[in-house]
Parts: sequence; C-alpha cells; structure tokens
Amino acid sequence: MPLPRLIPCLDVAGGRVVKGVKFQGLRDVGDPVELGAAYSDGGADELVFLDISATVDSKVSAVDVAARVAEQVTIPFTFGGGIRTLQDATALLEAGADKISVNSAALARPELIEELARALGSQAVVVAIDTEGGRVRSHAATRDAARDTVEWARECEQRGAGELLVTSIDRDGTQDGYDLEQLALLRDAVGLPVIASGGAGNAQHIADALGVSQAALLASILHEQPARLIELRAELRALGVPLRDAA
Amino acid sequence: LNVAIARYGAGNVRSVELALRRLGADVTDDLAGADLAILPGVGSARSAMEGLGASADVLRERHAAGKPILGICLGLQLALDESEEDGGVEGLGIVPGRAVRLHGERVPRIGWAAVEPATSVSDVALRASGEAYWFAHSYEAKTDATVATSEGHSAIVEHGSFTGVQFHPEKSGAAGARFLEQCLSRV
Repeated sequence: MPLPRLIPCLDVAGGRVVKGVKFQGLRDVGDPVELGAAYSDGGADELVFLDISATVDSKVSAVDVAARVAEQVTIPFTFGGGIRTLQDATALLEAGADKISVNSAALARPELIEELARALGSQAVVVAIDTEGGRVRSHAATRDAARDTVEWARECEQRGAGELLVTSIDRDGTQDGYDLEQLALLRDAVGLPVIASGGAGNAQHIADALGVSQAALLASILHEQPARLIELRAELRALGVPLRDAA
Repeated sequence: LNVAIARYGAGNVRSVELALRRLGADVTDDLAGADLAILPGVGSARSAMEGLGASADVLRERHAAGKPILGICLGLQLALDESEEDGGVEGLGIVPGRAVRLHGERVPRIGWAAVEPATSVSDVALRASGEAYWFAHSYEAKTDATVATSEGHSAIVEHGSFTGVQFHPEKSGAAGARFLEQCLSRV
C-alpha cells in the first residue's frame, strides 16, 4: 500500500480561504494559492479545497481558483463543493485539479457517481460522506439523508467511486480524536481508500486514524498554519508512522 | 526544446503542460515533429483510444522512427498491446504487454510510494531509485519492458524510444520535477 497521507483541507469562498464556525461569520484567512503552496512545501501529501461559495455571495468561480492553484502547487489536489454535473467536474479537472469530490449531489442522484467515473476514471472521483451515529447527513450535514453510512459507502464503491472522504460530524471541529469505530467499519465494508476527517486534535489522534484508513484530512488542527503541519509530520514519524520524505 | 502533448479529451493535461513550462520547455501542437511527445493519462482506456484518433498513428510512427515518447499513467497503459479495462481495449501496440486490473489491496491504488529498479541497465530506473512519486491507478502494465517497480507493480517501462511511468511526475512535487527534467535532458 502507498504511504499514509496527510491532507490539509482549505475552505474557499469568493476566491479566498475562509474560516468560520458552521459556515457562519466567515473570516478571510488568506490566499488559496499561497496557503496551498505553503502546505505543499510543508510536507502535505495532497490538498483538498472545499468551495463553500454556495453559502456566500461570490463572483469568483471554483474553476478560477483551481486554475490558479495548479500554476503553483505541484502535488495532487481535490476540489469539492457545489459539483452537480459531469461538466462541473470536467471543468475543474481541466483547470488542473486531480480529483473532484461530490456529496449531496451524489445522494440526490447516485447515477452521477457512475457518470463521473466512466468519463474521468474512478481515481478522480471522491465521494464525501458526512456521518453521524452511523447515518449519512446531507446538505452540509444539516439534513438526514435517510441512509445507513456503511450501505451508502458500499453503493458508492459499486457505482465507481475511487475514494471515500468520511467526516464524522459529531467529531468535526472538536479535536477529540477521529471516530475510529466508524472508520474501522468502513475499512471492512469497502476496498477503496478511505480519507478520515473530523476530530484531529494531536498527532496520536492522526496516527490512530491512519491505522484504520489510508489518509487523514487536517482542518482545524492546522489553524491555517503551515508550520504546524511540519511539526505534526515530525511527531507522527516519532510515533512510527511511515510518511514520505517530503519536508 | 519543444514538447507536444497528445490530447484525447477530458483530463488533467494542464498540469503536465504547466510542469513542462516550469522546466523551460516550449509546448507545441506538432506531435510528429516535437523533440518529445507526451501521452498523458487521465480517464478510461476506451474513451482515451477513441479520443486519440489520428494521433495514434503519429505516435506509432514516432516510435518506429526512434523519436522519444513519454507515457504517463494511462498513457503508459495505452502504449501496450491491450488493456483489460472497459471489457477489453486494443492499445497502440508500441510496447509488448497488457494492462491488467490491480488486485489484492485497496483499488484504486492512490498515494505516494517508492520506486525501485528492476534491472541495473536502465539509467532512468537507477535515477528514480528510492524516490517516492504519486500514483493513482486501478490497472497496471504487465510487460517484460518493466525497468522499475513500486511495491511489486510496474512503475517504469522502457521500450525503444518509449518511456512509460505509472506515477504522475507532474504531480510528484520536487521528485517529479527532477524526473521530468531528466526526461527533457535525454532528448
């Protein structure tokens, strides 16, 4: 298996990286290209950009941001948020993104996963699953999607998804540790790589998550500080996690 | 130095182009005459072969004339005789062998992994030795032309003037840039 991956996640809106609590009171914390490049230099294995422009009034498209990121960042990156059609996804890949991530649109119309996988290859198609108590949440986790998380994960795999990005909603932002039980259930249920998200508070949490999944998404733990990523990599190495020799 | 990229539809060709420009190469549309032709790789085998159209013959002629071609990921697999993907697809037939589905681990195989030489006679493989590159694939090449492997999977293939890599050098940070630079320096 390839090496475990650390993946910083940046929320973008209006062409800027933003931070807020539950999409409220968004604060501008930097330029996506500068922050992305700094994380890349700091040893990120991949990046995820989550476009939350749908929640704010924006004139800068996600495609523009992806195109700018591709000019400076030389590691793989995923773009998610607001992708509803194959055209949306294709435009992002043509701009330079390596993968796209779909969530609510796939829940509303699961055939979308097949359309994306057929045209773009499974390796480019990430399905993001927001989960709480073994059930899937949709629409930025505000609604119950009336689906069992493990069953939905299996369906995503059958339909051609290439990776699952699994966020434990009740852990998200808490820094109390990942939901290892849920991640282990998914590891056993599907043969796809799983990216764990939600709950990272320290290096041990991340090491534990990488024991049951292939990658860890890092959001609030980094506080938009690339230097924190460099520290975390050193701490994880000291815990015996085999990371690539990047920074 | 000019480089032409074979275009065959949807996919991340822009990253390859940006990586080459960063290294000072000029990107042209002249697939037959360029110093180096690149067969990039994103998408599925069938749609890629259909999308290649007339470029398929141009690439075969380049190889027959001994002009360098670099195949990346699916671009490597397309150069083989055939692929298992999409129920079986005929490839370019530039390199003897076939692309088969990965088994026995998480598929797609996504992430960074080290590359090791499979032979001591390949300069390309020796220079890549020990470096980690970024992979994203569900199929792999089965061919005697393999000169380097990654976790037992074919990672670099050389056959005449064709070099194929299963990883994405354009997305493999500094190690990938070094690899591409070497490819450019050899043409």
